[in-house]
Amino acid sequence: MSTDLPAGLPPVRVAFYNDPKVRSLAYQAALCAIVAFLIYEAASNAITNLERAHIASGFGFWHNTAGFDISQTLIEYSAQASTYGRAFWVGLLNTLLVAGLGVVFATVLGFIIGIARLSKNWLVSKAATGYVETIRNIPLLLQLLFWYNAVLKSLPEMRDSYKIPGGIVLNNRGLFLPNPVLGPGFHWVVIAFFVGIAASIVFHIWARKRQERTGQQAPVFTTALGLIVGLPVVVLIVTGFPLSFGFPQAGRFNISGGMEVLPEFAALLFGLSIYTAAFIAEVVRAGIRAVSRGQTEAAYSLGLRPQPTLRLIVVPQAMRVIIPPLTSQYLNLTKNSSLAVAIGYPDLVQVFTGTVLNQTGQAVEVVAITMAVYLTISLATSLLMNIYNSRIALVER
Amino acid sequence: MKKLIALAALAVVFAGQSASAQTLKTVKDRGMLNCGSNGTLAGFGLPDAQGKWTGLDVDYCKALAAAVLGDPNKVKFVPLSAKDRFTALQSGEVDVLARNTTWTSSRDTSLGLNFVGVNYYDGQGFMVRKALKVNSALELNGASVCVQQGTTTELNLSDFFRAHNMQVKTVTFATANEAVKAYDAGRCDAYTTDASGLYAERLRLAVADDHIVLPEVISKEPLGPAVRHGDDQWFDIAKWTLFALVNAEELGMTQKNVDEMLKSTNPDVKRLVGTEGNYGEQLGLSKDWAVQIVKAVGNYGEVFDRNVGANSPLKIDRGLNKLWNKGGVVYAPPVR
Repeated sequence: MSTDLPAGLPPVRVAFYNDPKVRSLAYQAALCAIVAFLIYEAASNAITNLERAHIASGFGFWHNTAGFDISQTLIEYSAQASTYGRAFWVGLLNTLLVAGLGVVFATVLGFIIGIARLSKNWLVSKAATGYVETIRNIPLLLQLLFWYNAVLKSLPEMRDSYKIPGGIVLNNRGLFLPNPVLGPGFHWVVIAFFVGIAASIVFHIWARKRQERTGQQAPVFTTALGLIVGLPVVVLIVTGFPLSFGFPQAGRFNISGGMEVLPEFAALLFGLSIYTAAFIAEVVRAGIRAVSRGQTEAAYSLGLRPQPTLRLIVVPQAMRVIIPPLTSQYLNLTKNSSLAVAIGYPDLVQVFTGTVLNQTGQAVEVVAITMAVYLTISLATSLLMNIYNSRIALVER
Repeated sequence: MKKLIALAALAVVFAGQSASAQTLKTVKDRGMLNCGSNGTLAGFGLPDAQGKWTGLDVDYCKALAAAVLGDPNKVKFVPLSAKDRFTALQSGEVDVLARNTTWTSSRDTSLGLNFVGVNYYDGQGFMVRKALKVNSALELNGASVCVQQGTTTELNLSDFFRAHNMQVKTVTFATANEAVKAYDAGRCDAYTTDASGLYAERLRLAVADDHIVLPEVISKEPLGPAVRHGDDQWFDIAKWTLFALVNAEELGMTQKNVDEMLKSTNPDVKRLVGTEGNYGEQLGLSKDWAVQIVKAVGNYGEVFDRNVGANSPLKIDRGLNKLWNKGGVVYAPPVR
């Protein structure tokens, strides 16, 4: 501090405890100590009380047999052979599945609605406004219950299932689809698919370079479509169609075989996507509005047509405004998926903080693990979105 | 700095406060018993339109309040779902858990609970639609079954189907209400819970007569109230409240004749009503603790008949829940 004084004056002697730097350090150290002390006290208090009540603690339960069934399992799981740890992974994967698909659907729907709100067509823009205002002002839990009951009540019983051509069966037990059964030689098709993707990327780079050099444009989209879809189909035919389908069969009570989409899953996915889409629509609308009208006019005056103007001028600038709030909508959707517990979808909270917590009685451990998982998912989502955001952010020269 | 010291002192006080072992003192100071109960099961725990709670478990809590506080109405009922009930008791949110809870070894040990006894001997059963033309649970291979989460039912269901080499699709819900609603909507072929619960839930379905309870009982479900580990005095009081109800029935003491019983010369009765010995004081209660209990809710038989038995809409046969000397298994140690 004394160095800041103008030269020539004698240095002022200040007691060290009056030095603002020392003081602020002392205050911060004291605050940290208090917080650490509080955490320590709370933890040791909890441990003492758990011990006094002889409540089991520790993570030993992780390897004990679960003994309960789960209705939707993406990995192999059986009540008798699997552990609580396995049940945790089943629940986590179910959460990630519904959150991942929900993010995709909500984004697509949200962008459509958001752009529709800006439409010059009166009916379209008012319909979009009505959607946003209705959906985002009704609590999500009510919407989930509504969708679940709508799904259950409007669909027929097992015996009167809707049969959709292609072997699809729909009733109040779920949607049953034929599942692909892969024959020998199918790996060639998978290889062809990835070759198609790689070739599309190469073509895209080549087309861009050529356009920069000569100004000529190449049909990138149709070529990529041909490579990614066409190539595997050709390989499929050449290798003699090593692919068959398992069709759902009606049994006495239920339908077996094929793929099964549970009504709980469908209701949760519907509810989450539709709810979050309303918020994303507003984010998108705000982003597009944030791009100055002058940008569009400048593009038109350079001779760009409306479609490239939107794609090359407006959207890239709008994305800078859209990405940060969009990230928080994705995080909301993931966290909201824990409302699954209300409609019987076996997500992480339902399986782990529900049944596992109850059977083991180890609330502290189970809740701590669950919180850590949601924190990890949220931080990972944020990280990815931040990387994307920094790539499209305005680069000032 | 002074503020900081005050804050730290406050923190010590706050963090140093631990779950008290003195439940009896806490309840007396509060003047109110916190009872964890089922808020949705007719016959066991259900508030009516006026907010008046009735049920077998509710009457147990009223009896406990009568014994401890001398007033059966000084109970705050805390409705708990099956999956939250143990955490509520462990954390001290409720003083006693009387919520049709099955007594099992792991709950008695690692969950930190002490079961005070059995107030209803039950077993798990299945309910199905009559239209399915199923006559036995053994015909349920491949069926979807709705079940409530956090129950022994969930585990027994899986065991039963495995033991009989049958497939089952379990759909699990957080509360019995949601599970029953989904069953009623046709989501599942069967609904499973304790037999007593099946009779109660059946009456709440849209058309009760369309559903039947299958004859198989696939498990032992001794239901009873529980308290926390670590407070022996409170455990004793909770235990002897239940025993007093049973002993009262055995000795012919009812809500009506309890005052005459005070003049009884039967030594068993004299010890129970407190005209001989100091058995109430030994528990930390008043001399007339058992009289208070019987005055409040009657004896075990009266409680049973009023809530789930002959005088209730459920009309469940007493079966195993008869006294030991009448062909059942209900038995209480003597007061002496």
